[in-house]
Parts: sequence; C-alpha cells; structure tokens
Amino acid sequence: MGKYIFKRIIGLVVLLLGITVITFAVIHIAPGKPTDLEAQFNPKVSMEARERISHLYGLDKPLHIQYIEWLKRFSRFDFGASFMDSRPVMDKIMERIPITITIELISILLILLIGIPIGVSSAVKEGSFYDKGMTIFVFIGFAVPTFWLSLVLMDFIGVRWGALPISGIKSLEFEKFGFFEKIIDISRHLVLPVLVSTFGGLAGISRYMRSNMLHVLKQDYIRTARAKGLNEKQVLYKHALKNALLPVVTILGLSIPGLIGGSVIFESIFSIPGMGRLFYESVMARDYPVIMGVLVIGAILTLLGNLLADVSYAAVDPRIKIE
Amino acid sequence: MNKLTIFGLAIVGFFVMVAVFAPMIAPYNPGQIDIENILTVPSNSHIFGTDSLGRDLFSRMVYGTRISLLVGFIAVGIATLLGIALGSIAGYYGKWVDTIIMRFIDIMLCFPTFFLILAVIALLEPSIVNIMIIIGATSWMGMARLIRAEILSLKERDFIYAERAIGASDLRIITRHLIPNAMAPVLVSITLGIAGAILVESSLSFLGIGVQPPTPSWGNILSEGKAVMGAGWWMMLFPGLAIFITVLGYNLLGEGIREKILKS
Repeated sequence: MGKYIFKRIIGLVVLLLGITVITFAVIHIAPGKPTDLEAQFNPKVSMEARERISHLYGLDKPLHIQYIEWLKRFSRFDFGASFMDSRPVMDKIMERIPITITIELISILLILLIGIPIGVSSAVKEGSFYDKGMTIFVFIGFAVPTFWLSLVLMDFIGVRWGALPISGIKSLEFEKFGFFEKIIDISRHLVLPVLVSTFGGLAGISRYMRSNMLHVLKQDYIRTARAKGLNEKQVLYKHALKNALLPVVTILGLSIPGLIGGSVIFESIFSIPGMGRLFYESVMARDYPVIMGVLVIGAILTLLGNLLADVSYAAVDPRIKIE
Repeated sequence: MNKLTIFGLAIVGFFVMVAVFAPMIAPYNPGQIDIENILTVPSNSHIFGTDSLGRDLFSRMVYGTRISLLVGFIAVGIATLLGIALGSIAGYYGKWVDTIIMRFIDIMLCFPTFFLILAVIALLEPSIVNIMIIIGATSWMGMARLIRAEILSLKERDFIYAERAIGASDLRIITRHLIPNAMAPVLVSITLGIAGAILVESSLSFLGIGVQPPTPSWGNILSEGKAVMGAGWWMMLFPGLAIFITVLGYNLLGEGIREKILKS
C-alpha cells in the first residue's frame, strides 16, 4: 500500500508540472502580449498596471526563463494581484472555495444516495416497466441543459410560486438573524443550486451503477452464493452490492472536473459567490491573473480528487495492491 | 434497430433538414426588428411569439439550428481528427511516443474542460470559428484513448504482419488498415460528442461568451429569455426544448450504434 501511494505521488508531480506547462502555454496563446490584450479590452487598466503584469510574467525575458520564474511564484501560490481590486489572487480564490466545495459535497452525497438505489433496483428488475422508466429518466437527465433547468426552476419555484430565494446565499437581513435562522436562511438559498448540481450528475451514476450491478450478477460467485441456498436478499445486498459499489469510487473521482466546471453555470445563474462565479466574472472582465489562478487551482482540485478516489479504491479492493 | 434508436435518428434528421432548408422554412428575416410587436405571445402570425426587439422567434430558432449544428459538427470534426492522429500514433509506435502522448492526455484531463474553454475564450475573441476550434481542441482525449486501445489490439493481427512483409510503409498501414478497422467505437464517440459540443456551445452562448448577438443561437436566445423572465415564457421554453430534444436525439442514436456494435 505504501509503495502504491508513493508511485501515485510521483505520477502526481509529473501531472502537476504538466498542468503548469499548459497553463503557461494558455497565457501565451493570445496574439501579441497579454499586456496589449488587457489594455485593449479594459481601458481602465493604467500604464502602471500594465507594467506590473509585464513584470509579473517577466515578458521581457526569454520564454524558458519566464516559465521557470512563473513556476517559482506558483510554488508559493503567488498568482499576482487581481486587476479589478488589486487584491492577491490567492486570497480571492481561497474565500470562494469553501462555498463551491460545500455545494459540490452536498450534491455528491445526494447523487450517491439517490443514484445508487436507482441503478441497483433497475439492474435487479432488468427489463421491467420500472427499469425502462428509469432508462428514459436517465436519457432525459443526460439531455436537459443545466442552465435551462436552473432558469425553469428559478421562474416557477422562485418567481411565480415565491417559495425559495433565487439569488445569493444570504438574505439582506441575514445579520439580524439568530443562529438557527441563519442556518435555515443559507439552506433555503442553497436548495435550488444543489438541486441543479445534483440533477446534472444523477443520470451518469445511476446508469453506471446499473451496468455494474448487471455485470456482477452474472459472476460465478453469485451463482455459488445462490447454489449454497442463500436467500435472494442476502445474495443481492451482501454479495452483489458490495462488489458493484467498488468502482463507483473511481467514477466519482472522474466526475470531479465536470462538477467543478459546471459550477460556473449554476453559480453565475444563482449569483452564488463561489469559485465558478469568480471565474466567470474574471473572464468577463478579462481579469487575467485571476483567470490563471483559478485554472491552476481547479486542475489541482481535480488532481487531488482523483488521487483520493484511487487511494481509497486501493484501500477497499485488495486486488489493486497485487499490481 | 430498436424504437429508441429510430426515434433518435428521426430527431437528428429533422434538425439537419431544418438547418439545411432554413431560408425556406423561416417565415421572417431573423434579424427583422419590429418595435410595434415586442414580446408578443405565440399567435398565428408569429407561431413562437416575438422577442424583446419584436423579431420573430420561430425564424430565429430556425437559423439558430444552423449555428448550433454547425458548431457541433465542426468542433467534433476537429476533435476526431486530433484524437485519431494522436491516438493512432501512440498506439502504433508505442514506447516513449506512447508514454508522452498518454501523459499529455492525463494532464489535459486534469483541467475542468469548461474552465479551460473559458480561459482560452477570455484571451481570444468569442467568434464562431474560435468557439469551434476551442471546443474541438479540448474534447479529443477520449477519442484518442479509444483509437489507441483499438490499434494496440489490431497491430498484432496477421493481416498487419502481412502488410509489413510486403513492404507497406507505416503511414499506409496506419491510414489504410488500422484506422478503418478501429472506426466502429469512434462512430459512437462522434455521435455522443456532437451532443456534448452542442451543450457546451449553448452554455457558452447563454453565458454571453459564445456566439454573439445578433447572430441567433439557441443559447443566446435563452439568455435573452432570462432577461425577460416572467414576461415571455416562450423565450425560455422553445430554445430550451430545442437543445434538449437535439441532445436527446444524438444520445439515443449514439447508444443505438453502441448496442449494435456490441452485438456484432
């Protein structure tokens, strides 16, 4: 196990370097210098700010030296200061991350709690009316654009029915509330965003769970379990389910970039002050240092998520360690 | 073919027809502003109603079909070419070439795709051509992995050894023998990829960083619909339905092809 984790960490360093190379390449993809671009799109940027970014990216130096210097700053998580308010990029990102991660974690939990039972029950009743209904539900889930779903929910539940708030995470009079009222207030604001985020991942997990379960049910050890006279409940939930659940860990790891990427859409629609909205605002304002910072941090979060998924998979499945 | 696949094919065919014959189908010029008919409810003269500038929504939707499908097709075309090229080189040559390409794919997959797309758009202008290229350049990785896996198993077959024995060049073996034999799973990936690209394009246009008005696309019509929320339900209903039905069609078709391949 220790050796496996060590191997993974070496791989991680390679990936991390790769991420910095690609991000660095993205900086230089623009025709001309980033400083020209910045000035062109944002007349508010002063000469002084242009010089600052030129210095920050060391644009007057040869490319490989620029990269190494950028890497040095990166290792200190120094992405420079935002164009919009001159605050350090890392501070801006760090204050936004907890909100995004909270929403993602709640959504992942809900996706598992709803998606796994749907997938398992469809597999057990393969070909039934219920299974067909769930298949249709899954196809609908894959095809509904999350931004449209957000708008429809906003319009019907928020605007017409007025049951839930549709923007931000706090009410205006939040500071006057007591402790429990504050929690209720934040929860009410999070219902719609979490609903949208959950819906986006639900179809994938339930489909995946269904095919896993179908695969496991055809294995020899399930036949053995049945042959030795176990009742169907024990076969399904003690023998089949455990084995079908294992690979879900990997799929969760793989779905992290999609979830983080999706945060841009629902956070900007519901005005949630998370990382996705920060990214969207920076793109709209061409706030260059923030864009690069969020891009790198988003990739690192994905990397950590994948590592966590792989290591926990190795921990629960003894077959991995042999390799 | 089962019923769902035929249903998917019908949807795909329908929207391709709409895109091709857009000028004949659209009753009005999609850019025609009519300030006397702003945000009118669907009626006989405007079957999908009008938008906040009095333009006929049905005509805009019909022309939007062109944009959405075009972006989807070309973006996936770019992704397919990149994926086939890199995947077949990695699979055929193996060793360090394979290692480098596969590592590159791993690194690309670390980035949340939507973040990468937005970052590049922030640098370039959000023109239709740029959007096609960016979506294509960020979605080839799955395709490359598929092709590589196919080629790894194909290149040890007897007919490839026979080709090599008669002196065929690497290029000939790859393009004439390996790639054509590896195309089946790629076809599934292309079909599902078009659905994905249409979703990405409409998300970008909805956020205001995709296809720019006045050029109509389903995503930017929906964005105008958000602005008039509560005053024009048709502005939100029709573009949303169009995206939903199109994506559903490509997904059903893709799944149908996948099942067909698995059986044979």
